[in-house]
Amino acid sequence: MSIETMMKEFQAIAYNPNKQLADFKAQGKKVIGVLPYYAPEELVYAAGMVPMGMWGSNNKTISRAKEYCATFYCTIAQLALEMLLDGTMDQLDGVITPTICDTLRPMSQNFRVAIGDKIPTIFLAHPQNRFASWGLQFCIDQYTNVRKMLDQISGHEMTDEDIRNAIKVYNASRAARREFVKLANDHCDVVTPTLRSAVLKASYFMLKDEYTAKLVALNEELKKLPVCDWKGVKVVTSGIIVDNPKLLAIFEENNIAIAADDVAHESRSFRVDAAEDGDPMMALAKQFADVDYEVLLYDPKSSENRRGEFVANMVKESGAQGLILFMQQFCDPEEMEYPYLKKALDAEGIPHIKLGVDQQMRDFGQASTAIQAFADVL
Amino acid sequence: MAKEVSPGVLALRKVVDDVHADARKAKAEGKLVGWSSSKFPCELAAAFDLDVMYPENQAAGIAANRDGEIMCQAAEDLGFDNDICGYARISLAYAAGKRAARKFDPETLEYIIDPNSGKPLKDENGKVIIGEDGKPVKDPKTQQPYTVLVDIHEIEALPDGALKDKYWESIKPYRQMRIPQPDFVLCCNNICNCMTKWYENIARMCNIPLIMIDIPYNNTVEVHDSNVAYVRAQFDAAIKQLEELTGKKFDEKKFEQACANANRTASAWLRVCDYLQYKPAPYSGFDLFNHMADIVTARAKVQAAEAFELLEKDLEIAIKEGTTTTPFPEKYRVMFEGIPCWPKLPDLFKPLKANGVNVTAVVYAPAFGFVYEDLDGMARAYYKAPNSVCIEQGVDWREGICRDNKVDGVLVHYNRSCKPWSGYMAEMQRRFTADLGIPCAGFDGDQADPRNFNAAQYETRVQGLVEAMEQNAMNKEG
Repeated sequence: MSIETMMKEFQAIAYNPNKQLADFKAQGKKVIGVLPYYAPEELVYAAGMVPMGMWGSNNKTISRAKEYCATFYCTIAQLALEMLLDGTMDQLDGVITPTICDTLRPMSQNFRVAIGDKIPTIFLAHPQNRFASWGLQFCIDQYTNVRKMLDQISGHEMTDEDIRNAIKVYNASRAARREFVKLANDHCDVVTPTLRSAVLKASYFMLKDEYTAKLVALNEELKKLPVCDWKGVKVVTSGIIVDNPKLLAIFEENNIAIAADDVAHESRSFRVDAAEDGDPMMALAKQFADVDYEVLLYDPKSSENRRGEFVANMVKESGAQGLILFMQQFCDPEEMEYPYLKKALDAEGIPHIKLGVDQQMRDFGQASTAIQAFADVL
Repeated sequence: MAKEVSPGVLALRKVVDDVHADARKAKAEGKLVGWSSSKFPCELAAAFDLDVMYPENQAAGIAANRDGEIMCQAAEDLGFDNDICGYARISLAYAAGKRAARKFDPETLEYIIDPNSGKPLKDENGKVIIGEDGKPVKDPKTQQPYTVLVDIHEIEALPDGALKDKYWESIKPYRQMRIPQPDFVLCCNNICNCMTKWYENIARMCNIPLIMIDIPYNNTVEVHDSNVAYVRAQFDAAIKQLEELTGKKFDEKKFEQACANANRTASAWLRVCDYLQYKPAPYSGFDLFNHMADIVTARAKVQAAEAFELLEKDLEIAIKEGTTTTPFPEKYRVMFEGIPCWPKLPDLFKPLKANGVNVTAVVYAPAFGFVYEDLDGMARAYYKAPNSVCIEQGVDWREGICRDNKVDGVLVHYNRSCKPWSGYMAEMQRRFTADLGIPCAGFDGDQADPRNFNAAQYETRVQGLVEAMEQNAMNKEG
């Protein structure tokens, strides 16, 4: 199978989550919707069910969700609610609702109220003080609640061994995605920004073992190619989600490749693995505690500019000439970290632009002009 | 009626003035001064005799003093998006060293008066004097210099002399624009997660330690033992950090006293709030907003408890004498949902007064009623902040005060600055109407940034609410 065909297969899945959901249900599988951020998907897998990511939609319009939300809320959360209300998600057997940001806190209540008895919601509150034994214990307690609810939905109790196995599957998947991101940089002539995004996005709609097997095969083929001599420019992308094909097409039109990313929906979600031995619940709690350089999470060394410097370093190491920040509208955590990200980038002489985006955007004319102008100066 | 200020209100004002004066004095003496989120357990800092200032209260004061916009813009110039909470923006600009100041001529060192400022000049009959240009003449005594932004770091870098002194003097003199820069920050994110990043930014700007108490969102009315254990452990960790910071041992007796004071203040606060149950009410909920500075900045101080107890006595007398501080006859009673639009208090009040609508319930009553018996109870109490509770608890609190305080309707502030608060208000509104049979009206606004409030929209919404309350009353009579 050609590399292009392999990537197109990922793309077909990434662009058709409805079909994936219908197929899983036709196979008799139970499916759990997983909202952002940091839900321990491993537990869903360990329960023998399919986790499917719910990061909004580029094709829907907010309508029913307006009955619950004022306008100044992130469109990812609003569109997730929209899809729960308009029937798109009716086949789900449960939804995990994390609450790490100020939009997701009240939205967890809206999700629960809006879908009523139709679909069970599984509440999740992560600890911010997550490092000491008591922080880990609180995380384990929360994950245990999730585990119990998943057991109820699946109809049987998952074992620790099931979770250990799920951790192995997920670690392998994360490793494959990390490798793919590097290969996509080396072969950015083949792995265009649109295809790169589609390959990573497909992971949210597939069982991870199946996804990993396909991705490892793709990675092997990519490794056989000579490293490309890219004549265009390279950037690092940053933000919550950068998956709109129309937006990514602008990169291609301007010969811009993505060297690496600091995107919540992409690399931020697979940087950290969990231990494969010992108590698997503790392993998952520790994995969460190890998540670092994050806009959403407390940094005890907050008087330093660790995240800004981390991202600036990523730009340098990846060989990118600049950074494009896609600022999700109404995303406080991203907005709060911007001045210090800017400071770190400026200190290293790394050019960047900040573009406001949301999932209701249909016209990318302004973004196109800004990206083109940015590419010209790099 | 004449604006007579009661002894209780005077005592409450003094408590807040003293808290600020003490912090300024402590800073001048080289002692540590901290900044704290409003619902961080103040009992812990009190056990170490630490002087603490409260950025949320400060931002509200700056906004009420009409400097919210210039400070918000200053934060935006630093790169903070205008979608971020207005309190956070004001506080971050302040932490960065920005101050609202009075414009002066650097040559003459004289203030430059803004001709558009000030109140109209009146003649001996109280009639506004109109000038030759057909516009009201301004009373020169009430005119103010232009407001400009200055930076304390730039002032510090100036050579010593009259110009430098004038710059320091030009900083607006009200207490919220004069609070000392922090030596440490105390963050509790029970009300929002924005707080976490806000305080991290302050810690970074000022290169100071941050003590963090994380209270995750809760999905159930009860606070589970697991959640209590997590918060209790954080109290212990915070105590250790405070010991390292101050070089002092944790003083259990002082802590117990602070807890006793905090409980006494919270109880007195709740009793004061309960006076709004009387019909007509002896005061307006807008007065409660004014007393929030005390419950935020001084609840672990015995003086705050005493001042609220004094206010209770004033209110008891008001009930006996049938008086009220509400400057109009009370026709309708409403709950005001959310934080007020501090820069626009007169605009908020105007249509309420015109329609005889008294605010007799505000959510701040239960929001600061932290009453507890032991440390586990304290952890549970701090778990129940307005934005950390599930919708059932939130509705129950509000419907409780709506019933007790006999409201006819609810006015809901969709506050651009507060996503966690406004995020489930639409569903709450539906429940208030279904459960209590009362109308609700929502309006768009902001707690600190005046650019997000539209007086015309607000007036229309109040009018709509009044008409619905009128209809409701007629239906009941009919």
